[in-house]
Amino acid sequence: MSHGRAGAPELKDSLGATPDALADVLRRRGVSRRAFLNYCSLLGALMALPPALVPRLAHALEGARRPSVIWLSFQECTGCTESLTRSHAPSVEDLIFQSISLDYHHTLQAASGAAAEAAREHAMKENAGKYLVVVDGSIPLANPGYSTIAGISNKDMLLDTARGAAAILAVGTCASYGGLPKADPNPTGAVAVADLITGKPVINIPGCPPIPVVITGVVAHFLAFGLPGLDDLGRPLAFFGERIHDRCYRRPFYDRGLFAHGFDDDGARKGWCLYKVGCKGPVAFNACATVKWNAGVSFPIEAGHPCLGCSQPDFWDGGDFYQTLAIPTENVAGLAMGAMAVGAGAGAAVSALNTAKRKTAKKAHETVTIENLEKPKEKAET
Amino acid sequence: MTSDPAMDLLMWARGPGFQIATVVLLFGIVLRIVEILALGRARDLAPPKASPAQSGLRTVFSRFLPRHGMAMRSPVIHIGGYLFHAGFFIVLLFFGPHIQLFEEGFGIGWPGLPSPLIEAVTVISMVALVAVLIARVRDPVRKLLSTFEDYAVWVVTFLPFLTGFMAVNKLGLPYTWMMALHVLSVELLMVVLPFTKLTHAVTFLFARYYNGWVNGRKGAAT
Amino acid sequence: MTAATLERGLTALKEHIDAPVAAFFSSCVHCGLCAEACLFYTETGDPKYAPIRKLEPLRRQWRREYTLVGRLGALLGLIKPLTDDELAEWAHLIYDSCTMCGRCTLVCPVGNDLTYMIRKLREGMAASGHARKGLVEAAKKTIKLGSPMGVQLPALNAQIRRVEAEVGLPIPVDVAGVDYMVILSSMEVIQFPEIIGALARIFDRAGVTWTIPSSGFEATNVGIQIGSRDIAEEIVRRVVEAAEKLRVKYVISPECGHAYVALRWEGPNLLGRPYRFEVIHLMELLAKLRAEGRLPLAGKHDQRVTFHDPCQIIRRGGIDQEPRDLLNEITEDFAEMPDAGIWNWCCGGGGGVSAVDEAEHLRTKVFSRKMCQLDEVHPEQLVTACANCRNIIEEGLEAYNKDIEVIGLTELVAEYLAPDETAPAEGGDGS
Repeated sequence: MSHGRAGAPELKDSLGATPDALADVLRRRGVSRRAFLNYCSLLGALMALPPALVPRLAHALEGARRPSVIWLSFQECTGCTESLTRSHAPSVEDLIFQSISLDYHHTLQAASGAAAEAAREHAMKENAGKYLVVVDGSIPLANPGYSTIAGISNKDMLLDTARGAAAILAVGTCASYGGLPKADPNPTGAVAVADLITGKPVINIPGCPPIPVVITGVVAHFLAFGLPGLDDLGRPLAFFGERIHDRCYRRPFYDRGLFAHGFDDDGARKGWCLYKVGCKGPVAFNACATVKWNAGVSFPIEAGHPCLGCSQPDFWDGGDFYQTLAIPTENVAGLAMGAMAVGAGAGAAVSALNTAKRKTAKKAHETVTIENLEKPKEKAET
Repeated sequence: MTSDPAMDLLMWARGPGFQIATVVLLFGIVLRIVEILALGRARDLAPPKASPAQSGLRTVFSRFLPRHGMAMRSPVIHIGGYLFHAGFFIVLLFFGPHIQLFEEGFGIGWPGLPSPLIEAVTVISMVALVAVLIARVRDPVRKLLSTFEDYAVWVVTFLPFLTGFMAVNKLGLPYTWMMALHVLSVELLMVVLPFTKLTHAVTFLFARYYNGWVNGRKGAAT
Repeated sequence: MTAATLERGLTALKEHIDAPVAAFFSSCVHCGLCAEACLFYTETGDPKYAPIRKLEPLRRQWRREYTLVGRLGALLGLIKPLTDDELAEWAHLIYDSCTMCGRCTLVCPVGNDLTYMIRKLREGMAASGHARKGLVEAAKKTIKLGSPMGVQLPALNAQIRRVEAEVGLPIPVDVAGVDYMVILSSMEVIQFPEIIGALARIFDRAGVTWTIPSSGFEATNVGIQIGSRDIAEEIVRRVVEAAEKLRVKYVISPECGHAYVALRWEGPNLLGRPYRFEVIHLMELLAKLRAEGRLPLAGKHDQRVTFHDPCQIIRRGGIDQEPRDLLNEITEDFAEMPDAGIWNWCCGGGGGVSAVDEAEHLRTKVFSRKMCQLDEVHPEQLVTACANCRNIIEEGLEAYNKDIEVIGLTELVAEYLAPDETAPAEGGDGS
């Protein structure tokens, strides 16, 4: 069994071969049934499926046909692919990924130039209406020339490829929400996949990068049960339904008011809550705190670094990474001084008018005497 | 779907919203203080029996305590009033994330209180606020005295507690929404403070001082 | 001279709104506690008597004229000016149901001095012609005749002669260069002339030189009650001129609450200058004489007595210990009412209310508060140190069919002066 680059997804030797059932591929790859069921249990737990549904998941997965997948990479850093393929020693999720019929992937495919594009077009024609499109990277709209593949702009390629797709998986925060390319001031006019696609299901799997098992989990879910339930940001609820903050092992420190105030203070050494060094756990929806990274070894907070909230839209523009969430993003000291000065000025102006008014009133004062204590007769009688 | 309206709102609240609120709050408070003090008062030519300034300062503090027989006559207003005011300052000053705000703003922090305690205080404060609202509606005097402003100010005061509590306990809208609403509700409070009866947060100092000054110089109780 | 108009009233309010008023209104949270301190509310249960509500016209005038928001609102026509009808409607709240007793001032959690503001609001009411008729009449009599009850020198002289015959001591009138000048309220001259004899005996025993002025002997000042600095000034000037003409060192403010306020606290400000003499309240003087050993007392009063605190002297005058020290000295059975001292309840007739005909019914109704207090101590006699309180309490007790004798503290003290070996013994029949 190879792994890493050597264990890259199996690219089809010949164009147009009929995809095998997933179970066959797995068996061929030497995955035992026990390992496969373990994986299904893990996925089931991750997706919060009732235990009774796990056998159904396994059955469905076993019988699923290897889907044809077209992977489009736009304005991205390849981190998402790296996350998936180089994360750790071969695992079932790795194999699941390998077992898909990856018909087109810039980084991984051997073919280049016209041959590569031909592969894409062939896959589209062959599996029309059934193939999956995976996108990583955002799409620049400011100028189509900012990012092209084989002379085709990202936008054109996406729209063209998506037309016959069963669903589109936006992998990574760039594809899901525009990500780093879209960060202020967004020089390329980057947009997310969902901004361009209409009439097709788009599943966002954000993260910078996304957790590998979440990517394969979504694929598995798609294969077994079809489209997963999504939150209002297009993310599968099964993996993005909870905040990092709520599942964080450091949460008890937050509740007790024990915080690290820096990266080398006592609190940091004692493993206290990282809220005050800018942790975005309270607003980040992801599975890091439960699934963790590198085969469950750790996750950023466990490594002593605050969560950046990378699975959230515009996380790059969410203020200082090391600043607490509720902290004002702007320094208001200058404004505050100005406001007080203007307040004092306005107060002085009103007061000048007030003083003048009082002076006038004093001047207008007519001595009250016993003669004028009463109203003129005609009124006094009422 | 590609941007998070909740986060956008939170970012607005943390940025421009907070700027606006700070500007209005400080502008308003300074304006009101100048407006009040500049009206001045006539020099008192009657020889004083006691130091007016001392009496003024004493009154600033002595009025924190319940006055003779009043707590028995208006128990809800007293208990509710104390609980709410104490709760307001405890939650404002001793909740970790709030302390962080002061740390960022003024460079000084202090230890916070455990979240469960803060939450308990929040609930107590909200109950106290509801109690004083009921007392306002049911008591003929307070009902007669109350204007739209009294009820509006109640809502504005209640919202930060409610939204904060909901955000922390993941009630209602998703956390980011609640967080944004919480910050906005506080900003609303900041904006209306100088122009409503909430100004008493600042002007009670002057009112008590003047009262102590005027009556203390006569040697009278204040 | 023009007649009273709304315009003049509003101008007066503009004139009298100052920083404390602005601070007070800015701080009010409508908690309603002032109502709980006001006997006009506690005894009637009518929320319109909440003290802060009585001040609504002043608050509106302040807001409209002296705040940025109010000024803008007025410009846009959103904040309406006060109307004459509103002021007329408020007269009941400002004149009939507030004695300026200051109890609300003492309870306000944000520290508002509501009494201070009532005093100012009455300036506007008087200038706009909304003062109560009874007070207007009293003012006219005071200005024209010298006293609100029309007491003139011949009447005073008659009482002086009677008292001289009774106590066998001369009552000095218009004696220049003495230490103390005594002024009196016309209530005392007419209804309680025994006070003059009491003073004569006490001063004789203490070796105090004193005199009563033939003009400016009236201590009460209806100008303070009706709310007119101009009228108050004219009245207080008479006393000040008399005192300065007679070159006395002290003017004694008698057993009358608001007379003390008028002379001691408002007077110098009304005249715009300090006096060339000192004002001392009778209670202060008695305490001083006692401390100096010049007031030898003997015997004990054996009746059960209680003390009613006149608001302007005790709560708002700070003279709360002096009368109690004296009472403890000369009585055997002195029982304090609940809320005694600075928290005592008003008789219901102070601040000019006793002169307002429209207030009579209400005044009697709210006397129930005093009745409740008295029911706690069952005194045989009630001692007080204000002729107006005394009169109101006597009326109230009569209305409630309660047989309690009301006496002035100074008279009681005079009764227990220790016998002087150099003179024939007097009084002291209590022991």
